[in-house]
Amino acid sequence: MAVHQPLPDLPPPPSERGLWGWFRQNLFSTWYNSIASLVVGYLLIIWLGPVINWALISAVWTGEGTDDCRPGAACWIFIQQRLGFFLYGFYPAELRWRPNIVFVLFLITVVPQFFPRAPGRKWLALFGITGLPVLGFVLINGGFFGLDPVATSRWGGLMLTLILAYVGIIAALPIGVVLALGRRSEMPVIRGICVTFIEFWRAVPLITILFMASVMLPLFLPQGVSFDKLLRALIGITLFQSAYMAEVVRGGLQAIPKGQYEAAQALGFGYWRSMRLIILPQALKIVIPGIANTVISLFKDTTLVLIIGLFDLLGAVRSTLSDPAWRSVAAEGYLFVALCFWIFCFGMSRYSHNLEKKLDTGHKT
Amino acid sequence: MNSDPSLPPKSSVKPWNDPRVRSAVFQILAILAVAWVGYSLFQNTLTNMASRGISTGFGFLDSSAGFGIVMSLIEYNESMSYGRTFFVGLANTLLVSGLGIIFATIVGFIVGVLRLSNNWLIARLALAYIEIFRNIPLLLQIFFWYFAVLGTLPSPRQSVSIGEVAFLNLRGIVLPKPIFEAGSGAVGIVLIIAIIISLAIARWAKRRQAATGQFFPVLPVSAALILGAPIIAYFALGSPIGWDVPALSGFNFRGGITVIPELGALLLALTLYTASFIAEIVRSGIISVSRGQTEAAAALGLPPRRVLRLVIVPQALRVIIPPLTSQYLNLTKNSSLATAIGYPDLVNVFMGTTLNQTGQAVEIVAITMAVYLTISLSISMLMNIYNRAVALKER
Amino acid sequence: MNSEEHIIAPVESAAADEDIIIVRDLNKWFGQFHVLKSLNLNVKKGERIVICGPSGSGKSTFIRCINHLEAHQRGEIIVDGVVLNEDLKNIEAIRREVGMVFQHFNLFPHLSVLENCLLAPIWVRKTPRKEAIEIAMEYLERVKIPEQAHKYPGQLSGGQQQRVAIARSLCMKPKIMLFDEPTSALDPEMIKEVLDVMIELAGSGMTMLCVTHEMGFAKTVADRVIFMDGGECVEEGPPQSFFNNPQQPRTREFLDQILQH
Ligand SMILES: Nc1ncnc2c1ncn2[C@@H]1O[C@H](COP(=O)(O)OP(=O)(O)OP(=O)(O)O)[C@@H](O)[C@H]1O
Ligand SMILES: [Mg+2]
Repeated sequence: MAVHQPLPDLPPPPSERGLWGWFRQNLFSTWYNSIASLVVGYLLIIWLGPVINWALISAVWTGEGTDDCRPGAACWIFIQQRLGFFLYGFYPAELRWRPNIVFVLFLITVVPQFFPRAPGRKWLALFGITGLPVLGFVLINGGFFGLDPVATSRWGGLMLTLILAYVGIIAALPIGVVLALGRRSEMPVIRGICVTFIEFWRAVPLITILFMASVMLPLFLPQGVSFDKLLRALIGITLFQSAYMAEVVRGGLQAIPKGQYEAAQALGFGYWRSMRLIILPQALKIVIPGIANTVISLFKDTTLVLIIGLFDLLGAVRSTLSDPAWRSVAAEGYLFVALCFWIFCFGMSRYSHNLEKKLDTGHKT
Repeated sequence: MNSDPSLPPKSSVKPWNDPRVRSAVFQILAILAVAWVGYSLFQNTLTNMASRGISTGFGFLDSSAGFGIVMSLIEYNESMSYGRTFFVGLANTLLVSGLGIIFATIVGFIVGVLRLSNNWLIARLALAYIEIFRNIPLLLQIFFWYFAVLGTLPSPRQSVSIGEVAFLNLRGIVLPKPIFEAGSGAVGIVLIIAIIISLAIARWAKRRQAATGQFFPVLPVSAALILGAPIIAYFALGSPIGWDVPALSGFNFRGGITVIPELGALLLALTLYTASFIAEIVRSGIISVSRGQTEAAAALGLPPRRVLRLVIVPQALRVIIPPLTSQYLNLTKNSSLATAIGYPDLVNVFMGTTLNQTGQAVEIVAITMAVYLTISLSISMLMNIYNRAVALKER
Repeated sequence: MNSEEHIIAPVESAAADEDIIIVRDLNKWFGQFHVLKSLNLNVKKGERIVICGPSGSGKSTFIRCINHLEAHQRGEIIVDGVVLNEDLKNIEAIRREVGMVFQHFNLFPHLSVLENCLLAPIWVRKTPRKEAIEIAMEYLERVKIPEQAHKYPGQLSGGQQQRVAIARSLCMKPKIMLFDEPTSALDPEMIKEVLDVMIELAGSGMTMLCVTHEMGFAKTVADRVIFMDGGECVEEGPPQSFFNNPQQPRTREFLDQILQH
């Protein structure tokens, strides 16, 4: 018997190859698939063409007012005209360099957090949760070091959206961690308090919490003490988010195998040390995707503050659209805000998705 | 540990080193802290209310409200009490949540299944839908539908007509309204009888299968029965259900049912937003059933339709139901955004107008929150029972 | 395996005339990757065939083609006189006659052991439920776990689960059984209980195609051993000559490796 010679690899038959093969497998594999592809493809072309034409090709981008708009074409003039208002609200134009500095600092601290190998990432993170809020407040609010004070009622636009989201997150995260630890505590009283707190805030809609913060908080405080509207909204958002954050962190704590807790005890660590040095670093790493999802929903939820009279990005656009001069561009206005939010939320969700995949494989191997 | 002879006997443990003492002290401190916070909030509130001249208590619920509400499922007029406004708002909240849950479930399941289609184009479209709608704030979507879409509809005189029976205009959607005349009760009775017969058929079919192995097409037959019998009865009785078709008279429509645009926009936004989350849940539920399950079922000779019904769906549902319920809860909570466009839900009517008029902030906020709390907690209790039942069965 | 002497009698010549499985020039691609290259195989009724070969050589893919869990692109597969093509009726007809046991059991976790065994007879064979229960209990007894009938798969050990999976396939009274590494996910002591069931099944005259690395099992029950590498059949022959006197250097290398342990 002759020594066996391996057969050569042959290319697949033509029906499996190239563009045609791809079309055959993905669009025309069966007769009903073919019909569906053709109908859907036809509808897409019929609908998408005019939409793209309306929004981009024949759209009007620059001009003085709605008089320059054309019928049957999108009118994006208001963006150019009102951009300052959308970004800063009523913040005085000549002082906008102050939030700009804070924004640059914000980018410098936050962007490296997405790159695990960025140098000095930890220190920047520490600055982000301590120095940045203080510095940001000093610069944006003024009233110190000879800076002109700007009342919070004049803050607005995208700037306000970012402030609400950022402060909401960095305040909610530590509270959430404490609540999560409390919920897993062996002391029934502590556990009871934490469970009640978490479940209460998760059960009620954010809008009722914002109402509560704006109408009831003043009643709760001792006489003479008063918070401004923005701070009240921030307190409401933080309480709300910390409950959701606690649940995310709890998921991470539950995912840590019992052996890790036991190993920490066996090494002689007390409760707080074993949490700080062994359990939390692992748990928080697992829940980064969950935290990213919480950030996304917080970011979307910040729009609710317009109901209690703050002008975030959506509020700023909405108030522009209620001006009779701009009333006719409502669709464009809302699409513009939608795009701003969408880019951020979609980017964030991709990030969390990729991280999840990476963690997934990391656990298996 | 204490039994170890090399250790000092238990009594000599210093109290501040005894874990039980520590834990007890810690817990007592926690109780004291909570009690103190609660007490000072209570005291502050009392003094503040006294100094502002706000009376406490729920007496205000009985006084006359004096404001109108654009939409009410229960009888309401301005002379009725503030307590009544609570129920009007609650009913409207339940209406929009209930309808939203039904529509979002339908859309979500369809999109979720399409997302798994082996037709590339359809799967991509479903993905695009999911990614677009869940990454845009709900409030913005509500505004979009309300101001940018429904707000640009023509006035009633230029209504968009849908087959001359329903009309779309700035003031909402006007639909024909059924009028139940004499004999319409009989149609209802026929429907009930048809349902009972279908149930009987299902039982009989099961028994026959056990004895002979023969299958009976229960589903198509009962569907035909439940749909067909009432229709036949309807015509046999001489069409006892009439339709009040809306007609233009002057500047508005007369007759029919008007769905106010606030409800339409809110429902549309809630449905599309929540459906994008439900679609993801459905998709991941289905793919969580491992390929091996499908293959094993196929290898036994089950045709694809039965593989789906007998093997994939029952397993996927266990994964889908818990997150699905939490989406239902979210939808119910999100329906409170109604207040932003003036749909008279609980928050808008009670926490809005009633609170503004009476100034009874503490009581009203407490009642409103209690409503949501009750809904949430009862649903999560049901979920816990469900989860325990499923866990018990599998492991 | 220790039972070298426990060799099952070869197939009776009367039944041996008909080929129940015919594979001719089978070719399959995963995208650009040529997994199965020009495979040919004829299996007689009652024949017991063991397929072995290194990981990734296409063994699983091959036997999954036989009940069309994988579609092939070129060549012909005829099972029990039915040509396998894209026709759904043909595929269902063949799957009724061919049972399959998987490496990871693939029991349905939402159904009890008994219900796992009833599902296909009731829905595919249209067996009356009472009769189906009798058949299922009979096979559960044959695999020696009738007492577990009302438990759920998650409550059983790996070996028990695999025996249920075998019983589940047998309840369809198949003419052919396919096994894809049925013991490789099991601990040593459980391997034996599963192999015992398979040996008993072989003794009853079932046509069997087994992908396995249990060489003792191959020596005991196989009529023919097939060695696959790189998607082709490198060598085949009766177990004695295959193990004692392999012709191909590639086969020798493989046998040296797995027999070392
Ligand atoms: N669905 C698939 N898509 C693409 N490639 C696949 C697929 N299934 C298997 N393959 C590839 O085909 C080759 C043969 O796979 P197969 O599972 O048949 O090997 P095997 O001989 O059973 O190996 P093992 O002993 O590890 O089970 C492998 O290289 C594998 O990577
Ligand atoms: Mg394999």
